[in-house]
Amino acid sequence: MPSLRETLARTRNSILGRIQTVLGQADISDETWDDLESLLLQSDIGAPTTEKLLTNLRKRAASEGIVKASALRGVLRSELVALLGPKATPVHDAKLLLEVIMVVGVNGSGKTTSIAKLCHLYLKHGRKIVLAAADTFRAAAIDQLQIWGERSGVPVIAGAPNSDPGAVVYDAVQASFNRKADLLIVDTAGRLHTKHNLMQELKKLRNVLSRSVHDAPHQTLLVIDAANGQNAINQAKGFAEAVGVTGVILTKLDGTPKGGVTFAIVNELGIPIRYIGTGEKMTDLQEFDPEAFVANLFDEKE
Amino acid sequence: MFENLSDKLQAVFDRLNKRGILNEQDVDVALREVRLALLEADVNFKVVKEFLARVKLRAIGAEVHKSLTPGQAVVKIVHEELLTTLGEPGKLDLGGPAPHVIMLVGLQGSGKTTTAAKLALRLRNSGMRPILVAADTYRPAAILQLEQLGKQLNIPVHAEGNKIPPPQICQNAVSHAVQGAYDVVILDTAGRLQIDETMMAEVEKIKAVTKPQEVLLVADAMTGQEAVNIADAFNKRLGLTGLILTKVDGDARGGAAISMRAVTGVPIKFMGEGEKPDAFEPFYPDRLAGRILGMGDMLSLIEKAQVNYDEAEAAKTAEKLMSAKFDLDDFLGQIRQIKKMGPLNEVMAMIPGLNKLSKELTPDMTDKQLKRVEAIISSMTMHERHNPDVLNASRKRRVAKGSGTSVQEINQIVVQFRQTQKMMKQMSTNPRMRGLGGMFGKR
Ligand SMILES: Nc1nc2c(ncn2[C@@H]2O[C@H](COP(=O)(O)OP(=O)(O)OP(=O)(O)O)[C@@H](O)[C@H]2O)c(=O)[nH]1
Ligand SMILES: [Mg+2]
Repeated sequence: MPSLRETLARTRNSILGRIQTVLGQADISDETWDDLESLLLQSDIGAPTTEKLLTNLRKRAASEGIVKASALRGVLRSELVALLGPKATPVHDAKLLLEVIMVVGVNGSGKTTSIAKLCHLYLKHGRKIVLAAADTFRAAAIDQLQIWGERSGVPVIAGAPNSDPGAVVYDAVQASFNRKADLLIVDTAGRLHTKHNLMQELKKLRNVLSRSVHDAPHQTLLVIDAANGQNAINQAKGFAEAVGVTGVILTKLDGTPKGGVTFAIVNELGIPIRYIGTGEKMTDLQEFDPEAFVANLFDEKE
Repeated sequence: MFENLSDKLQAVFDRLNKRGILNEQDVDVALREVRLALLEADVNFKVVKEFLARVKLRAIGAEVHKSLTPGQAVVKIVHEELLTTLGEPGKLDLGGPAPHVIMLVGLQGSGKTTTAAKLALRLRNSGMRPILVAADTYRPAAILQLEQLGKQLNIPVHAEGNKIPPPQICQNAVSHAVQGAYDVVILDTAGRLQIDETMMAEVEKIKAVTKPQEVLLVADAMTGQEAVNIADAFNKRLGLTGLILTKVDGDARGGAAISMRAVTGVPIKFMGEGEKPDAFEPFYPDRLAGRILGMGDMLSLIEKAQVNYDEAEAAKTAEKLMSAKFDLDDFLGQIRQIKKMGPLNEVMAMIPGLNKLSKELTPDMTDKQLKRVEAIISSMTMHERHNPDVLNASRKRRVAKGSGTSVQEINQIVVQFRQTQKMMKQMSTNPRMRGLGGMFGKR
């Protein structure tokens, strides 16, 4: 599997990658802070988090006696990594008969594709998987999941288009038990977090799951498009409030390095990033690694 | 999240406590707030910079009109400048001989397929004969998705499976359209990243063989700073003729639209406002400008209100609202009208000053709450509705009994009502809102 850096090797226009040029060789001045601010803002990090970072940087520059602007680069990197906290390592309870993962997110964020990628990953870990096609709304959403299911040899439980997604989920749970599967992944319809009725529907799905499997869903993964700006924070808040989110899958990171809004999501909302999507193929999913993610933002090439 | 920019600027100017002519210092302080608002709305950093330079030029030395506070004066300039940047709403260019080819391009998941269907429906409704072309041979079931949408809407779809290269499919589709006497050919191309050389070359080829009259970039309203690079790359490669902003029905501020417009100079033509095929609107710069500034989607609300409001009733209420003669009976009337407009907190989210409140109220609460409020006010006599002050303990007990609620709840309603009344009064002294009274009633 190509490393993240390789995947992204062809992109050279990372914003923070310009940091060295921008900071230059001079001593720290007012201009330095302005330049840093502009770089951070252009990375979608958002005004509040940028302010927070700059305050910390100023403090550290003062206390550590940093004079050269160029020395701020390393400090900024470590601050960014610190914001993301340690790598989230989920524990899979092997005693769990059936683990349930519900995948949610706004329209087009990459839910269905990410599920295909999760299948690929978990199959490698020897898991026995069933997929639930609970997006009964969008045209051909069921077919899309079915095609992925066929490609990875995972059964897909589906209902008729426009049928009750709750019923599909219920059937999928039963099917999982019948087939002695140990992992059920539920694909839900894309929805904007501001749509009351659709969020209610999602809550219902969640309830169907928790009624039929102990403690389910064990993971609720929110899929966020890395090209999104500050609205991603609202998405995270909205979905977390409605159904609880245990982790984020950040998709479409195969473009230019982006996803700066991640810092606010992790830091302000305390929701960990679990995976990153780096392409349209089944193999294009990696576990999220804070160090690598930050390095990628700086687009570092030795 | 920041609230109304106007309020924020007002706070700034209250601190400065200056009136009359805007000086450079005041403007700088104010523009710092504007800058934050724009960045929060995802307007690109560089675009913000240029924009603020223009605003500053206009604002310094500007005379503050009597009816405006300095904060409002700055907002007014910012708003006007935003409107200028957003430009006139663009129309489709469908002149010349048919068939007219419209090519939709954009990133993965931006909403091209749905938009293709919406556009086709719109054109068909205006009397044309559109045909949709399934040119996304990559994403699983993308072709099927378009076929199903076509079937639903009864609009033909040209598809050749996923084995034939998309440029070929598109070329065939155009010949087919000529033979079949279709007026418009809408190409639904695959989503692609602007840095994907192979895929960009492909879409260039599609353009070369189909010679589209319109090349429209379909972009997600939630897009961040990257919007400039996306729009710039697609524009340089394909020569865009317009933009379509999708998923505008959420709470994205849509600053990306400004960025894309600024970097390409092409007009924004439509906005996608929902998942249904008819949730598609021409672009209204004023609405987007208000939204980007966090001023609430006033115009949308007004339009919604116009559709659902009983006109005579509305005119009466509007007048009362503004003259602060608003009583509990009007409150009840309002509640009933609002109920017709949709879930309360969605409605409230569109009103400046109320959108914060709307977040505190859960939707369950609001709708259940509405019913209870309705029950309570209905149990009051007209006299009580007009003069809530007469509601003493025994009257309240009676109302509570009549509505199956408690005295405590009635107290709450009265307090809430007072707050609304106060807010309405404030709104009526705010020149931006003053037009509202007339707008509710007009037509
Ligand atoms: N480049 C790239 N494209 C991706 C990635 N993940 C998903 N996509 C593409 O994004 C588009 C939308 O993905 P879907 O998986 O259908 O998204 P979804 O969230 O299920 O969409 P809805 O169900 O319609 O809401 C497809 O074209 C995917 O191929 C990624 O990591 N990188
Ligand atoms: Mg999907």
